[in-house]
This record gives sequence, C-alpha cells and structure tokens, in this order.
Amino acid sequence: MKPTITGQPLARIDGHAKVTGAARYSAEVQISGVAYGVLVTSACARGRILAIETNDAEREPGVLAVITPKNALRLPDTKVPENDRVVQVLQDDRIVYSNQPVALVVAETLEGAMHAALLVKVHEEKEPATVRLDDEIKNAFEPEPQSASGKKSADQVRGDPARGLREAAMRIDETYQTPYETHNPLEPHATTAVWNGPDRLTVYDATQGVFGVRKKLAKMFALPTGNVRVLTKFVGGGFGCKGTPWSHVILAALAAKQVGRPVKLVLTRPQMFGMVGGRPLTRQRLSVGANKQGKLTALRHESVSTTSRFDDFLEPAASVSRHSYACENMATSHRLVRLDIATPTYMRAPGEATGGFALESAIDELAHALKMDPLALRLASYAETDPTEDKPFSSKSLRKCYAEGARRFGWAWNKRSPARADGMLVGVGMATSSYPAYFSKAEALARMLPDGTALVTSGAVDLGGGTYTVMSQVAADAIGLPMDRVRFDLGDSEMPEAPRSGGSQTAASCASAVLLAGRALRDKLVRMAVADAGSPLLGARPDEVLIENGRMTANGRTDSFADVVKRAGGAPVEERARAGPDEARKKWSLHSFGAQFVEVLVDPDLGHVRVKRLVGVFAGGRILNARLARSQLMGGMVWGIGMALHEETVYDEKIGRIMTRDLADYHVPAHADVQVIEPYFIEEEDVHVDPAGVKGIGEIGITGTAAAIANAVFNATGKRVRSLPITPDKLL
Amino acid sequence: MRHFTFERAKSVDEAVKGGAQPEAAFLAGGTSLVDLMKLEVLTPLRIVDVSRLDLQKIEARTGGLVLGALATNTDVALHPEVRRRLPALAEALLSGASPQLRNAATVGGNLLQRTRCAYFRDLATLCNKRTPRSGCDALEGWTRMHAILGGSNQCIAAHPSDMCVALAAFDARVKVRGPQGEREIALTDFHLLPEQHPDREFALSPGELVISVFVPTTAAAARSRYVKVRDRASYAFALVSCAAGLELSGGTSGRIIREARVALGGVGTKPWRSIEAERALAGQPPTKDSFRKAAELLLAGAQPRRDNAFKVELAKRTMVRALTLAAEGA
Ligand SMILES: Cc1cc2nc3c(=O)[nH]c(=O)nc-3n(C[C@H](O)[C@H](O)[C@H](O)COP(=O)(O)OP(=O)(O)OC[C@H]3O[C@@H](n4cnc5c(N)ncnc54)[C@H](O)[C@@H]3O)c2cc1C
Repeated sequence: MKPTITGQPLARIDGHAKVTGAARYSAEVQISGVAYGVLVTSACARGRILAIETNDAEREPGVLAVITPKNALRLPDTKVPENDRVVQVLQDDRIVYSNQPVALVVAETLEGAMHAALLVKVHEEKEPATVRLDDEIKNAFEPEPQSASGKKSADQVRGDPARGLREAAMRIDETYQTPYETHNPLEPHATTAVWNGPDRLTVYDATQGVFGVRKKLAKMFALPTGNVRVLTKFVGGGFGCKGTPWSHVILAALAAKQVGRPVKLVLTRPQMFGMVGGRPLTRQRLSVGANKQGKLTALRHESVSTTSRFDDFLEPAASVSRHSYACENMATSHRLVRLDIATPTYMRAPGEATGGFALESAIDELAHALKMDPLALRLASYAETDPTEDKPFSSKSLRKCYAEGARRFGWAWNKRSPARADGMLVGVGMATSSYPAYFSKAEALARMLPDGTALVTSGAVDLGGGTYTVMSQVAADAIGLPMDRVRFDLGDSEMPEAPRSGGSQTAASCASAVLLAGRALRDKLVRMAVADAGSPLLGARPDEVLIENGRMTANGRTDSFADVVKRAGGAPVEERARAGPDEARKKWSLHSFGAQFVEVLVDPDLGHVRVKRLVGVFAGGRILNARLARSQLMGGMVWGIGMALHEETVYDEKIGRIMTRDLADYHVPAHADVQVIEPYFIEEEDVHVDPAGVKGIGEIGITGTAAAIANAVFNATGKRVRSLPITPDKLL
Repeated sequence: MRHFTFERAKSVDEAVKGGAQPEAAFLAGGTSLVDLMKLEVLTPLRIVDVSRLDLQKIEARTGGLVLGALATNTDVALHPEVRRRLPALAEALLSGASPQLRNAATVGGNLLQRTRCAYFRDLATLCNKRTPRSGCDALEGWTRMHAILGGSNQCIAAHPSDMCVALAAFDARVKVRGPQGEREIALTDFHLLPEQHPDREFALSPGELVISVFVPTTAAAARSRYVKVRDRASYAFALVSCAAGLELSGGTSGRIIREARVALGGVGTKPWRSIEAERALAGQPPTKDSFRKAAELLLAGAQPRRDNAFKVELAKRTMVRALTLAAEGA
C-alpha cells in the first residue's frame, strides 16, 4: 500500500505541549523528596586537589552533603564501555582539565545548594599544563580506528598522490583551521537520579540515548542492566554533547545513593563548557592538484585534531575527502594531539563540518587559480562511484542538487562581483555538502488496543527534530490507521532498544523498525481476522484484504482492528520488529549530498560580513515530513553561518581555561545574522540504504556552509580566510 | 549565589539610607547586577530595590534632555526628542544588548554596569578589580575584548557601555543624591581610570543614588551618529564603537567643522572622549582626510596587546565612518 501520511508536512504533534510549557524536560521532572545538587569545579587545567574545606558549607542549614573525592562513594567499576567517554566522578584527587567537577553540594533547596557551593574552598596544586596545539604537535599520534569515523583506519592511500601532485598543471597547498566550538543546546544537561532500594535506579536524564546511559550506570554501580531505568521524554537540543553520559550523570546517581534521597543535578551554562565535550580544534593541510581542464590529479588531506590527556576522541575531518571527488591519487590521514583539555566529542556533522570547510575551500582556491567556475571544477571530477571504496553509491543526486541550487540561486560565476552603490562588497560562493547515511540496529513494538488505536514504542529520543511526529506518521501508514489513532512513545529504556540519536540515524533506524513492526502488526491482525470464526472476513485470503483507517475489507465485507482485538479477548495484540544493517548494505557507499550557494555583503572598511542569502539543495533519501525536514536543514544552515562567522570557544592559553562561557561571549548567530535561508530537497528512492529509504538530514545542513561563505567572502574581498571564524579583524 | 535580604525602597531617601548600609546594592533592571550575582562575582548582603521609584521621566527642556535614572534603555532610545536632538544616543542604545534586556535596563544601571572582562566574571582567575592587589590574568591572557586606551599595569578591562559613549561625547552630567545631599558629576568624571585601584570604578560614595542624567543638546548633538563594530550583527558588545557629532558652517561646497564631538567605545577602560581629536577637527573641512588625521591623533597613545592589536586600525576606521555619516547628516 502506498504511504499517504508519511511525507506529509504535518506540524509536530508535541508543538502545543512545548509552547505551552506542558512538555516536561529533564530538569523539570517533579519528584517528591528531591534534593538539589550543585557542582564545584576546578580552576586549574592540570594538577591535584590538595584539600577541600567543606566546614562552612556543611554548617549551612539544609545542606545534606558536601561530596568530595575524600568522602565520595567508591564506584565498583569505572572502566569505560566501548564508544563512551572517561568521566571524572570524585574517585581521586586528579585534576585533568579546567572546570572539572571536584565537589558536589547537595541541599534541600537549589538556592541553599548554590549558596553552600560558594562556601566550599578548593586548594589545588597546579602542574604545568598546555592547551596550545603548537606545544604538543610534535607528539601527534595515529589514533586507533574509531566508530566516529566508521571504524576506518586513520590513514588511507590510493594511487600515487605525490606523482599526481607533481604532474598537476595547478596545485594548491594550504592549511586550514577550525576552532574549538561548544554545542550549547538551549536545554542544559540535567539529571535526576532516584534509587528504589539498594540496587534499583531510575534516572531522568537529558540525553540523546537512554540505553547508553543505562549501560554506563549499570556498569559503574555494578547493577544488572535491567535494574536501571533511564527516561528522556523531551530534549532541548543535543547536537552530540548529550550523546554519551558525562560525569554529572554518574554524580547525580552517586549523590542520590550517598544522601539516600532523589537528587537533581542541572549544569549551569558555564559548566557546559568543557565537561560535556565540544568540537575539537582541527588543523588541516590540503594539497590538491588538477590538470588544465580542472580534473583532479591528486588530493591529499591531512588532519590534526585535539583530544584530552586521558581519552581519545577523533574528529574524522579528512574522511570527507575519501568520498567526494573522482581522483586517482588520494591520501588522507588523521593525527591526534593530547592537551590539558576536557575530552571533545561529536558535534553536529563531526568530520564533515570541519573537513568540508577545508576541502571545499581548497577546491575553490584551485578553481580560482585555474580561472574556472568552481561549480564546473566540481563537475569535472564528479564521483560516479565512491572513489575510495570502489563501490557504487546506493543513490546520489548531487548533480541534481548542483543544478537545482544554481538555478534557484541564479549562480553566475564572476571572478569578482561589482561593489554596491553604498560601498558594500558583494560576493558569491558555493560548496558541496555531504554526510554519511548511518543505520543502526533498532527495535519497535506495535500494539493494537481494543479501542482500535495503536501504541507504538521504541526507546529512541526526540532531540526536538520531530521524532514523535514522523514515527507516528510511519506507524500510521504501516498499520493502516489515521494519525489520530496512533500514538508513538519513546525515551524510556524499558522500551525496545533504539540507537542513540546521533549521526542523523534516528529517522533511518527507528523508522525502519517502526515500519516493520507496524506492518507485522497489521499482517497479524489480518491473519487473525481471516482465521476468526466471528469475523466477516473468515476464509478470505490475507493478500486480498485491503486496509484503510483501521478497517479491513475483502470481497465486500469488512472487519475492524478493534473488533479483532475484542473478539480475541481484549488483550492488546502486539508485534515486535527489529531493523538493522545487513550484509547487502555493505555493497554500497551510502551518503546524503547537497550543494549550498551563498551571497554575502562585506563592509570593506569595518570587516563585517553579512550572509544575505543562503540556498541549499539536499538529497537525503526519502523525506518523512517536509516541514520538519526543512526545519532541520534550516537549523543546520544557521549552524553553518555560526561556524563560518561566529562560533569559537576561546581558551586562555596561560591558565588553560575556557574564557567564553556564556551565550553573550560565545557567539551563535543572532536573528539579525540570519537573512534569507532557502533549503530545498531532491527526493530520492533508495532501496539499499534501509527499509524506510531514509538517509537522515539532521546534520548535512551544516556541511559545506562555512566553506561556501568563506568562498563568497573571497569573491567579495579577494581575501582568503583559512581560519574560522571569519571575524571583522581578519578582513581589515 | 549568596543569600541576601531584599527591601523595596518607597522613596529616594529610603533608598539612600538603605544603600549606605554595608554590602548593600541598588537593584534597578537587574540585568547586570543579577547576572553578576549568579556568577558570584558580586555577593551583596542587602538588595535595595529602587525600581519602583518615580525616576522614569524623560524630559525635553530647552537646551537639553533630562533622563530619569529609571527610564528604560528602550524608552530613551525611542523617545522622539532624543532621536531628533541626539540621534547618536538613540543609536547607541539600540545597538546594545537585545530588546528584552533594553526593556529592563535603566539609565542608572547602564551607567553603573560592570565590565564584561571575562576574567572579572570568572572567580577561578585573578582579577584586581574583583579582589584588589590579587593580580590580573587578563594582562597576559586573552585580550581580544580588552581596552587599548586607559589601561594600567593593574587592569585593562574595557568599559562595555554603548550609552555612556554617546553621553560622554556630548557633555552629559549625572545628578546623584547621597547621605550628604545632591551633587552633579560630569559623565567624563563619573567613570574612573583603573590606575592602581581598578576596584574603584565610579566617582560615587556609598549610598549615592543616580537621580537623572542631563545632556545638553547642541548643534553637534543634532548632527550625531553612533557606529558600532561587533562580532555579529546584533546582541554583542562592541569591538569598537564611535559616537560622533559635527556642527558645520559654510555652504555645501566650502563646509568647515565649527565644533566636533568624538568618543570611542570598546577600546577604553572608560567611555573614551577625546578633546584632543575634537580640537584637531575644529576648523577643518569635513573630509575623510581630516577625520583620519584626528583618528591617528586619538589613537597615537594606544597600547594594544596580542589579541587586540587590530582595534587600533579598526578604531580609526570606525571613527572615520562615524564622522563621515555625521557630516552627511542623518
Ligand atoms: C547579555 C547582555 C548583553 C548586553 N549587551 C550590551 C551592549 O551591547 N551594550 C551595552 O551598552 N550594554 C549591554 N549590556 C548591559 C546592559 O546595558 C546593562 O546590563 C544594563 O544597562 C544595566 O541596567 P539595569 O537597570 O538592569 O542595572 P542593574 O543590573 O539593576 O544595576 C547595575 C548596577 O547599577 C547599580 N544601579 C542601578 N541603578 C542605580 C541608580 N539609580 N543609582 C546608583 N546605582 C544604580 C546597581 O546597584 C548595579 O551595581 C548587556 C547585558 C547583558 C546581560
């Protein structure tokens, strides 16, 4: 049956609850008897806690505990599960980055805990530390393959890049840098931990994945996994920094155990700079060669990124070069540098956002050197198959994206656009967007209730992108019900397992499971009906039964889902299904693609850049809900503007501390920075990517944007900015 | 946040009495005070809420404007007489903060807002302004937002206000009332240079309450503009800003500057009025050339650091732009 609800641009079903405040986020969960935790954090970047004076704080009325490494419960197991981060949970006196948790005050009220936290005096012994890449780059090392880069090895070579460069008619060899960035979702990290007896733990957490949190808590407190329950009904943005459980999650549970009360722990905005990750700094060298026609002869992409002293996070920045252009001679490499910083983590389009800036800037530089239209240069090396893996793309509509983007934007390449009458310089630029299509194991449970409505569940998380809505749409079509008779629920580790919402994989993974579970439920109900002596459909062939709005029809006779359930005794009828990648999927290279075109105005004297218009055309498989998908892409593109012009987490290099710790100092685009943004889709039918045909669109919007803007700034000013963000001083 | 007591003043006298108590602070819009209390940079024991006092009025008199201490930044910015007689002030206010903040922020609070120096705002760092004689991490630290004029070996924190830059350029005077009675302070004397006491920022004694600000509205004020350069299009503190006003004489062909007013923001440890640059402009034609010369003069003594060296050139260009716009007339 053809889906009729999936794809419709429906408004999000939780929209009303959100704007009226009825939607409860993790910090707003009401638990009786809850106590409040406030963290105290370190000042220095590396050292030891000599002593913590807690007397004054402990004497304050209402203070239940001041937990420090001295008196904190010892956790049975602090080893880190795979794909997870090392945490600092008051188990020793080491300080390994600035703003690290060193104590936790628990009190009857939030105000009391805040006041008492101010009275805690931490004495630190500082040790030499550095947060400067240049100080440690000599110790750069080759990281182990990581899941963030699809478990690919750090280095890959194909052909003979040195020769390709030698033989090129034109070469570009430049270094690009992207700064530290911090996710800054609007909703702060928040955890409420409730122990029900000595070995049962329930946690309400602002997380992108309830199962990851469950696993980590179970491990650290040595509990059977089934004894830990994690809930997350609404998330106010994650972008990666809620992808893994960080220190505060464990500390909330630890504190709750220690004081024998439920404990709520919410990070302040300044505390969100460091201990919950951020985008690492990258320095990337691009050596690109082309023949006179602009066909690439060599592409070398070497990336160095930063990580902490105690944990490896790899920003896979050079990976984007592995799939982007047809080129015989290619080399990509990744190195990590350890600094006295907190461990970075995935941040919206890890790898592609940073790597795309370098690659797509270099391509533009090459086009400029060859006096070629940068779009024509990209087409000259269009990759029909994946150039590294020698595999076909499961689907690739980039050519269409380029053409449609150029048409909508009115792309006409000039070496230099003329200035406006008011003196403002005008520039245009473009870049390619891409992001891998991830798909992970997911399960869903579909239940038909006796009233003829369905309840479908999967323990995914809705980061705000609209998972509740699109899963309801998919379920409605799969089962054969109208939207208002399907309820989709998520965000609970007691539900069937779904992957964490990261890597733009929730739509693909969860929708596939929901689709399969919904269909299985529908088929089961049909089978029950045709075998049921009480059904008008008794004896009909299942494949001749038509389903619409919860009614089954065959040979002019009808039955309803509700009646089938009632006749069977009234207990809900349910089916569970699991979706996940299979062997066949490995035959394909799987990516979303897109193209972005931008017009900027630059004040020639004062250096201010304004993005006047940003047009993006994206192909991300099937679009489950055009309205929500548009918002995702638009949000990604706004992030791209921020990456290009504003965002930078600044460290004081002497004291090793982040100095931009609020949203006044850490700039993201303000409304006035965002003028016209036009996201469009090219719909794709992709039967290889996953059962739902979805590639994911949560991240691709930010990829390529910064390069397109930097390229437009060059077009306007003749100045090539290779280090983001492009602030006024860089254009003076 | 430290616990505190809260009292709402019913009269100016009551406010002054409360404000003179140890560790007291006046609360107006709260946008600066409460922010710093949450960061625990300010830990007053006693909050004296003055926000309900009858000091909201904006009066247009002959010769000048009187801005009540509790007039909101929005009300001042949108006042038709302010826009007409002192456009630079309206522009300065509208370029600051966000609409929500401007609706709460007051004239008095804006005058007394504290620096945005990231070190001042972070208890884990050394700051002479927060704790006298403790040291300053900013001097060798991240100085992109810091001052290049008026700094000392104790402090280089930039003054953050836009409003005060416009007021400084146009000879505003601040009326205050304290336990000793009422007095007037020139705006350019109201903010103190850090010198050896960066913790002393204002020429106010304990308990002194700002009542109003008077700005003479001259011909140069009527032909004034404010230009602000920042890292995003809105809702950011100035990298550099400039309030400029010109009184011109002569016809369109042979115009001469009779009187000039210039003050810079974002670059000074206080709102940076330059009488020297103003004198250099007087008698000159209103051309880019004269503007640039005056700008060179103003910034001759600048002391940039690693991260804010760009401000020297940017300040000159911003000043030229503001004067050019003023010369063109609004
Ligand atoms: C995120 C953010 C961005 C901002 N951006 C800008 C910007 O771009 N440009 C800019 O100029 N400003 C900016 N500001 C600062 C803003 O202008 C000030 O916070 C505001 O003007 C303070 O006014 P208030 O009434 O809220 O003061 P309050 O916070 O109430 O008080 C501030 C100080 O003044 C004292 N005080 C208040 N009234 C009186 C009085 N009548 N007499 C004596 N003392 C008094 C208080 O005791 C306190 O010490 C920004 C602020 C924030 C939070």
